[in-house]
Amino acid sequence: MGNVVLPALTGATLDISAGEFVAVVGPSGSGKSTLMNLLGLLDQPSGGIYQLDGRDTSTLGPDGCAALRSRTIGFVFQNYNLLKRNTALKNVELPLVYARCRRRERRRRAEEALAFVGLADRMQHFPNQLSGGEQQRVAIARALVNDPALILADEPTGALDSATGHEIMGLLQTLHRDGRTIVLVTHDREVAGQAERMVTMKDGRVIGDCPVHATGLPHAFPRLAHPVLCTSGKPKVRTT
Amino acid sequence: MSTLQSIAIALDALRQNFFRSVLTVLGIIIGVASVITILAFGNGAEQQVAERIRTMGSNLLMVRPGISENGGVRGQVGSGNTLTEDDAIAIAREIPGVMVSAPGVAGAGQLVRGNLNWNTLVGGVTADYLVARDWHVAEGRPLLPEDQQHAAKVVLLGTTVVKQLFGADDPIGQTVRIGTVPFTVIGVLVSKGGGGAMGRDQDDVALIPMSTAKLRLLGARSQIHRGSVDYVMVKVGSAAAIPEAREGIRALLRQTHRLQAGGPDDFHVEEPSSAMEVQAATKRSLTLLLGAVASVSIIVGGISIMNIMLVSVTERTREIGLRQALGARRAEVRNQFLIEAVVLCLLGGIAGVALGSAVAVAVARVAGWPIDLTLASVLFSLGFALLAGILSGLYPAYRAAKLDPIEALRSE
Repeated sequence: MGNVVLPALTGATLDISAGEFVAVVGPSGSGKSTLMNLLGLLDQPSGGIYQLDGRDTSTLGPDGCAALRSRTIGFVFQNYNLLKRNTALKNVELPLVYARCRRRERRRRAEEALAFVGLADRMQHFPNQLSGGEQQRVAIARALVNDPALILADEPTGALDSATGHEIMGLLQTLHRDGRTIVLVTHDREVAGQAERMVTMKDGRVIGDCPVHATGLPHAFPRLAHPVLCTSGKPKVRTT
Repeated sequence: MSTLQSIAIALDALRQNFFRSVLTVLGIIIGVASVITILAFGNGAEQQVAERIRTMGSNLLMVRPGISENGGVRGQVGSGNTLTEDDAIAIAREIPGVMVSAPGVAGAGQLVRGNLNWNTLVGGVTADYLVARDWHVAEGRPLLPEDQQHAAKVVLLGTTVVKQLFGADDPIGQTVRIGTVPFTVIGVLVSKGGGGAMGRDQDDVALIPMSTAKLRLLGARSQIHRGSVDYVMVKVGSAAAIPEAREGIRALLRQTHRLQAGGPDDFHVEEPSSAMEVQAATKRSLTLLLGAVASVSIIVGGISIMNIMLVSVTERTREIGLRQALGARRAEVRNQFLIEAVVLCLLGGIAGVALGSAVAVAVARVAGWPIDLTLASVLFSLGFALLAGILSGLYPAYRAAKLDPIEALRSE
């Protein structure tokens, strides 16, 4: 593509409140992944503002972003991204290593997280000894081991069959009920239907934003006083 | 992340790629092993020379007669009879800085005790000889000036001769024959140990008064020159005084021998330790050269480590991206790879030290070369390996830390 500048996100204004369970849907190329990267502080907007927990993040350098990621954000990836040569326990301990946690504390918390996702008996297994669903549960344990306020899940069920996908969604819902904010990217409307709120994107714009009526009943969207997440304003430009 | 954790992670990564790690670090292992082996042999040779110089006696000058000439046929150096006991006395009296001037004669002799016999070097010496050579008597008494005056038939034996003729018996007061002449053993010399100047056993010797040697055993060099000697051993006060003493002796002997200006000397003044020092210096420069070549192989080893670290960074791009997403700071990513390279090099260095020491000891055992494994050479080569590790790890680590997390996570 050379040096052509393409806007991946333009004028995407979005408020996400603490404790929400938001699904971002849209066709590929609609800017979902870019939005996730911005929300996860893996990328900085070339324009506009991203406020996390009421704080502007544009002044954070790479290390500031890393520190904030370590404390407040948990990632769940489509392809799990587990370290193949480490046990489930070691994989879950990894974020705690970078959070400068002591070894015994690390172990205790990783064991807790694995027990929470129902893998108490799989701690010493390596990723290739686990099924896809189990691997994703290890990844979820890793995402929540630092007790982050925000969990970002990028197509968490994309590589799983629908039954296993439901289990994973069930786990995310449990996390949501514990008060965590969850943002889920998916192109599967059925999966998105298990969230509370669905944001639809197309061509780098938010074209739809509505509560989900999972039970079929009208669902009043709870607006909290302070938004945790807020992207707004000028066009977002990204060089490809 | 603490350094200890980084080291643990690095060791883990190296273990996971064990065979590749071993291959990678082979250059360092061989380089360090060569440095260790070469330095061990170099230091050993140097020590051996120093030991030889020490056992010979320090700050010595050897004065020997010139060549003999018999009807136009020239003999070897020292075959002349131009050096005399009077020369020795003159040197001691006239030359400043000379501590001892000991004349002597030498020859081979068959020593016999009962049914045992042994051929050895028989030295006809004065009491000053032991002073010049820093030699002492372990048992019994040394030669005394009276022995000289009376041409007493007494002998001091080196430990090798004692072992051959007496075994575990006490030799003091016993009688041995040298040729046909019976001698009383008055003392046993302290063992000098090791090889002498030419590698001969310095303890394989029998010392008798010079006067006795001339009268009864070896005969005088010449019926005309009864005072002629085989050598005069001159001990100077300090190493710094040697050149001056050497020139002084030369001038003195030319004068006393009434040599014409421009004519050749009829004697030689030698400095035994200087030849050995030249030899030692040659060996030292050879050691330095070989050590430098071996050090280059450590650098080559470092380059191969850099190469593999770059491959490793590329291979683990996704892992790096993941670690960044999970909160790793740039410095933490950088340190992970840097420490991996350093740990690899240090482990290689330690293996190299072990291998090099084993080779040195094995060769020393088989070929009988002297070795000296010093802590300094171990530290030097380990330090060099460490440096190679840091230098080879810096660039790959910098590359890893600079990765964009999004790109890294997206890579396969």
